[in-house]
Amino acid sequence: MNQDSFTEKYQPLWDEFENWLNSRDTDIPKSRRPVSSISVDIPHLYRQLCHHLSLAQSRNYSAHLVEYLNQLTLRGHQRLYRAKSNTLSGFLDFVFYEFPSLVRSQWRLFWLASILFYGPLFGIGYAIQLNPELVYSVLPPEQVSNFKSMYDPDAEHIGTDRDSDDDFLMFGFYIRNNISVGFQTFAGGMLFGLGSIFFLVYNGLAIGAVAGHLIQIGYSETFLSFVVGHGSFELTAIVIAGMAGLKLGGALVRPGLYSRGEALKRAGKISLKLVYGVILMLVVAAFIEAFWSSKGNLDSNLKFAIGYALWGIVIFYFLFIGRRRAA
Amino acid sequence: MLDTRRSIETPEGVELGLRLAGPVVRGYAWIIDILVRTAIYIAVWIVFSALGNFGAGLALISIFLLEWFYPVVFEMYNQGATPGKRSMGIKVVHDDGTEVTLQSSLLRNLLRAVDFLPFMYGFGLLSMMFNRDFKRLGDLTAGTIVIYTDKLSGASDIKKMSPLTPPVSLAAPEQKAIIQYAERLNLFTPQRCSELANILEDVTHEKDEKGVQRLLQYANWMMGRR
Repeated sequence: MNQDSFTEKYQPLWDEFENWLNSRDTDIPKSRRPVSSISVDIPHLYRQLCHHLSLAQSRNYSAHLVEYLNQLTLRGHQRLYRAKSNTLSGFLDFVFYEFPSLVRSQWRLFWLASILFYGPLFGIGYAIQLNPELVYSVLPPEQVSNFKSMYDPDAEHIGTDRDSDDDFLMFGFYIRNNISVGFQTFAGGMLFGLGSIFFLVYNGLAIGAVAGHLIQIGYSETFLSFVVGHGSFELTAIVIAGMAGLKLGGALVRPGLYSRGEALKRAGKISLKLVYGVILMLVVAAFIEAFWSSKGNLDSNLKFAIGYALWGIVIFYFLFIGRRRAA
Repeated sequence: MLDTRRSIETPEGVELGLRLAGPVVRGYAWIIDILVRTAIYIAVWIVFSALGNFGAGLALISIFLLEWFYPVVFEMYNQGATPGKRSMGIKVVHDDGTEVTLQSSLLRNLLRAVDFLPFMYGFGLLSMMFNRDFKRLGDLTAGTIVIYTDKLSGASDIKKMSPLTPPVSLAAPEQKAIIQYAERLNLFTPQRCSELANILEDVTHEKDEKGVQRLLQYANWMMGRR
């Protein structure tokens, strides 16, 4: 069969298939989308199309025709082999099973990231108790005085309530700032893990320096009662973001039995799930930080109690939730 | 051979060809997206600045979402293409040609942060140069590629002429070359058409326009128009 008669014979079939594709194509405005009759056997039609494509290829039909059939088959391939979308039950399964058990299964990375983060944090915090001047080698002086005025127990704004609009402004700020830090910590893992290590150590140092300094000058109550609430979610999330990055870096440094590309893809799937969890935790943290931690007119004992309870929840969650998949 | 065409095998056992998009066209798409995004930033700012600090909070959240999730939202709901990609006729798909999922779209776009380093997609460009699929780091991890999306019609646009049997028997690739030449005639200037036809003067025994005519007639014969 020559090309022209081939085209002539099967064009109606191809048109029918294209019509079906267009009828499902969200690109085309609904009013102009064709209607496809349900009686058409699409899988059969698609297999025929595949057959025609390989015929056209092997018979050396013109590049134009091969390309046309190729594009049509490609559209069919994409339409027929679509992945299912996520649902609410998928989300609940993630929160109450997948995420905590994934963190547990990667416990080595969890502790590694924790050491990289908390090590510098407590290290510099302790060092500042011994040598208060050290804070200036980590943070610029303006920032130090900034933090000082923020947590000054004698300052006017401590003990007064903030406007709810201001709370929302801070919520936006925390969302943008903290989640971006989380994403950077994760993405930095692509640089053989070095970026993640840098962000973990850097953030550990910065937080440790601020905390150490404020405790050393005697502002510990205002400061700690502020951070204890959201710290559980925020600090743990940063550690997990670091884990996700180290997972990518690990695949590049030590791919094991796989090629680097394949190892990276496999690690990517796991670390992305960790990042989902990081996003959720940081949203919760930003919410607590903006609407609860900032409530200056509350008794600090109450804030400590709630703060410890939140730490308890986070620890309980990662230790015990999802040991068995919910039915 | 330098070729930007990749084949994938479908479950039906047929080879599908994908035409990969390179750094330049993706760069253009990115610039268009920057413009679109800037327009959205300005709109967000105008609307939310009327709402005081509450609006500023909303604006910060919107900026955060735009910064990280603008490409994800479009890749999910606009068939794998941001407005920039759409206007350049390219889209994101998985390595096996299937449509991009939320997971892979998120992964490739979160890792944009590294591709962008040290400045202006330096690492991304390097990565694209060092693998044959033009993948930036995000694409490598997510298992995605960027391809052209052209829709064509089945009918060949070779001009109909009285077919003529070529004087010598031509091998399949040679036939293909002549057919492709005939298909692309209207993309060339007449001078270029003649120039190319003159290469085959030994076969056609004609020069310039007549040579072009001959080749067209051969093409018609090869297409089976007898």
